[in-house]
Amino acid sequence: MSPASSGRPTASHTDKAFESDLRLVREKLLAMGAKVEEQIAKSMRSLTDRDSELGEQVKEADLEINRLEVDIDELCRKILALRQPAASDLRLITTALKIVTDLERIGDLAVNIAERAMDLNQAPPLAAYVDMPRLAELAQEQVKKALDSFVRADPDEAQEVLAGDDHLDDLFVKIFNELLAFMMEDSRNIRRATSLVSICKHLERIGDHAVNVAEMVIYMVRGTDVRHPRSRAVES
Amino acid sequence: MTPAVPAQAMTPERPAPPPPTVAQQPPLTAGTETPFKVEVQDLNVYFRANHAIRHVSLGVKPQTVLAVIGPSGCGKSTFIRALNRMHDLVPGARVEGKVFVDGKDLYARGIDPVLLRRRVGMVFQRPNPFPTMSIFENVAAGLTLNGIGGNHAEIVERCLRQAALWDEVKDRLKHAGTSLSGGQQQRLCIARALAVEPEVLLMDEPASALDPIATAKIEELIHELKEKYTIVIVTHSMQQAARVSDNTAFFYLGELIEMGQTAQIFTNPRERRTEDYVTGKFG
Repeated sequence: MSPASSGRPTASHTDKAFESDLRLVREKLLAMGAKVEEQIAKSMRSLTDRDSELGEQVKEADLEINRLEVDIDELCRKILALRQPAASDLRLITTALKIVTDLERIGDLAVNIAERAMDLNQAPPLAAYVDMPRLAELAQEQVKKALDSFVRADPDEAQEVLAGDDHLDDLFVKIFNELLAFMMEDSRNIRRATSLVSICKHLERIGDHAVNVAEMVIYMVRGTDVRHPRSRAVES
Repeated sequence: MTPAVPAQAMTPERPAPPPPTVAQQPPLTAGTETPFKVEVQDLNVYFRANHAIRHVSLGVKPQTVLAVIGPSGCGKSTFIRALNRMHDLVPGARVEGKVFVDGKDLYARGIDPVLLRRRVGMVFQRPNPFPTMSIFENVAAGLTLNGIGGNHAEIVERCLRQAALWDEVKDRLKHAGTSLSGGQQQRLCIARALAVEPEVLLMDEPASALDPIATAKIEELIHELKEKYTIVIVTHSMQQAARVSDNTAFFYLGELIEMGQTAQIFTNPRERRTEDYVTGKFG
């Protein structure tokens, strides 16, 4: 059974200040999401273009993401305390509180990628970075799609993110095996290859956070929790 | 919702027997199979031409709290008053449909409204202790008026304890009921309602005239009373409905728009009008 509201803002609240607070939550989340997407792209470019300056920018910009996380948390707490939101408003606020954590973690992972890239940029490149740019692209697409599904309150788009995670995982395994082969060929490759494995792992984790965001969007819109279906089966 | 028993079986044979005395009062439990303590079927209330309650059907399970919410004028109070036939006293009021308590139709012939109200007690918005009576007399009033014997002192103490008021008034039972604070007076009225051992307790905005502490006491009391009684509460405060009730019914323009578990109504309502009301998008 579908809820009365899709989570998309429709009729406005009688209380305009409340309406404006909810709009602010959405706007700040979108600003944070845009920033996070940019961070992933930049961190990967610092690797592929061997541009450590970009890596520094990523580290610097993370402060802003952290600040946004704190801001949004505070705004949500204020709304919970002062407005006691219900129904779609409550689902928006609880979704926002969870999404910020995922977005902040994605920001941290972008910083980790940038740090590894800056380290790798000190040494000659190992080889062509095989399918890594594709992996990064997929991870970015997943994050973008998850955020778009939030903006449009579109559970079908969110569902696509859930389905898309398998591609990311498969590609990660493929690249991991390739990097393993590099290491087995020549032990001097181990240090650089290990760093690249870490970067791949970070990208794969970014995909997982995108899935978390998408799951919360489905909850926000439909009011049904799609997380951990197997755990719920055990409980029932 | 299927009727608990065929409607015909509810109608006593004509001519209607005289109302039973207290001693003869038939148990409301008619041995029927129904999961509901209170069941309303196609209830309509009219005040002359005004159709105030429109085709409402719902059920309240035993030992649960149903909160009735909705904007002013939606029929909340009219609905709850129909559950103990208070509209009988209103000129021009007409009630159609059925209200069953334990499968017995309250609007069937031969049901004495006075005896009925012993089974279905009511607490009103403003505390209304009898002004000339002491605290003790207020609680015992229902017993005295109904000619119920027994140890009144024991009953009064038990009811005051149940209403979480005993400790505050045990040393001044002879003081006037009106000498108490608003919150205490409301609990006194609850104790008075409990004295005649109702099975269902109707509460019409019982905390709307009280401060937050007195409100919290009433709400805590509702949680305790639920173990023994079936409670229907009308409230303007959605937070109060969310705090005290198991199920919530949303009324709008005399219609029951949606009823469901309280958590569902406040997190994931199914009807647009419920959503708009609980999120404050009305008007």
